Amino acid sequence: MWQWLYKLGSPKWFYDLGNRSLPWLWGVTLFLLIIGVIWGLAFAPPDYQMGDNYRIIYMHVPAAGLMKGCFYMMALCSAAVLIWKVKMADIVAKAIAPIGTMATLLMLASGSLWGIPTWGTWWIWDARLTSSLLQFFIYMGIIVLRSAFDSQDTAARACAVLTLVGVVNIPIIEYSVEWWNTLHQGASSLGMRDTSANPPEIWIPAFFTGFGFIGLFFIGLILRSQNEILWRERRTQWVRDIVTDTVDHGAADA
Amino acid sequence: MTEPAALGLGGVMRATIRRELLLAMRSPGDVINPLMFFILAVVLFPLGGGVEDAFLSTIASGVIWVTALLAVMLSMDSLFRADYEDGNLEQLLMSPQPLYFLVLAKVFSHWLMACLPIIVLAPVLALMLQMPASGITALMVSLLLGTPVLCLIGGIGMALTVGLSRSGLLLAVLILPLYVPVLIFGAGVVDAAINNMAYSGLLALMGAILALAISLSPLAIVAALRISVN
Repeated sequence: MWQWLYKLGSPKWFYDLGNRSLPWLWGVTLFLLIIGVIWGLAFAPPDYQMGDNYRIIYMHVPAAGLMKGCFYMMALCSAAVLIWKVKMADIVAKAIAPIGTMATLLMLASGSLWGIPTWGTWWIWDARLTSSLLQFFIYMGIIVLRSAFDSQDTAARACAVLTLVGVVNIPIIEYSVEWWNTLHQGASSLGMRDTSANPPEIWIPAFFTGFGFIGLFFIGLILRSQNEILWRERRTQWVRDIVTDTVDHGAADA
Repeated sequence: MTEPAALGLGGVMRATIRRELLLAMRSPGDVINPLMFFILAVVLFPLGGGVEDAFLSTIASGVIWVTALLAVMLSMDSLFRADYEDGNLEQLLMSPQPLYFLVLAKVFSHWLMACLPIIVLAPVLALMLQMPASGITALMVSLLLGTPVLCLIGGIGMALTVGLSRSGLLLAVLILPLYVPVLIFGAGVVDAAINNMAYSGLLALMGAILALAISLSPLAIVAALRISVN
């Protein structure tokens, strides 16, 4: 276990692991997504209240899961950066940030599209919506902060501090927004909490797309981390070897 | 010349606060500018939005809180900027005293200079915005509990960006999302008081956030300062 973690800290090892796992990941992810999307969009029965509108949850709920999951993973990486100064942890944290941002954006956009026919409005200042919007701003803040520094090492540690501060703040934001909302108007029962009320034909496809999204997340994470590794390790021999190999193959093909 | 007497922790904190206040007396802009910004920005709302009493009294709590929040955020620049530029910050980081308390003393003196005047003046502006008298006490208490949190969170943002030459807008992007809970509870306290509802629970929550901020954010500020100063 510890040795495995230790190896994960080595950029070259991570790069190779990525290369080895990518074909598998692609296969499993596409399988899950294709099944989930076709089942969810074509075969799952329409909801007795919302009709076909509800089908956007097959994208919306997985995106919401990624929004949270990405942030927790970034927080773990940030702790590793600050405590153990793990180089790889910063590469991963940097790779995750845009993925989490996009997931949040996707979740907000799909939620709005769902809201137009269902609630009659694409935006309300509901607790869930507002805290997601703030989550989006926190992601953006971390990305913007990283781009503001010239020194890679300073940027890594500054972003790690900001991410950890964000983690402390997220439960506070969640609760404040919830209480703020209930202070002004009655809590709307808009959530999807009561999945038990839905038949399994409706929620099983959501599992497929959900795990498919997790697969997509890991693919994005590996690809982005690999690019970052190649850039940061560009002066090392093994990266030069990879680059010259690719160039040679390219020349041979042409 | 006698050896400087060894100062205890309390002595060092007192000395830090004394130094900050002295510096502020010598360049009063750091005290006056946030206050002037606060007044001017509040005055813009009736001018831009309309002067009907009903309208003003609905937005009064929000306007005062948002404007105070922005004034505190804009004032943060003076917390570390000058010290960073003249090298005092490095001296601070090398000091044998626990940085946690030194930073806390600095933030506290910043709060005294930038926030206390705003809190004192807030009731006047609230009355100009036709806020019902029942909200005034709640407004002051909520500002009293909320603005130190704003200073502490702003201190984290400032410590992270003090090494960058132009950090004004960046600071806003970093810390405004983190300011939201304070704003929600602060304005919520005032609204509850105006509507004759119990607000002691909300005040307790603000107090809890303040306690959390006092205990945790100096740690983040110290970590961020070490990163920025290298």
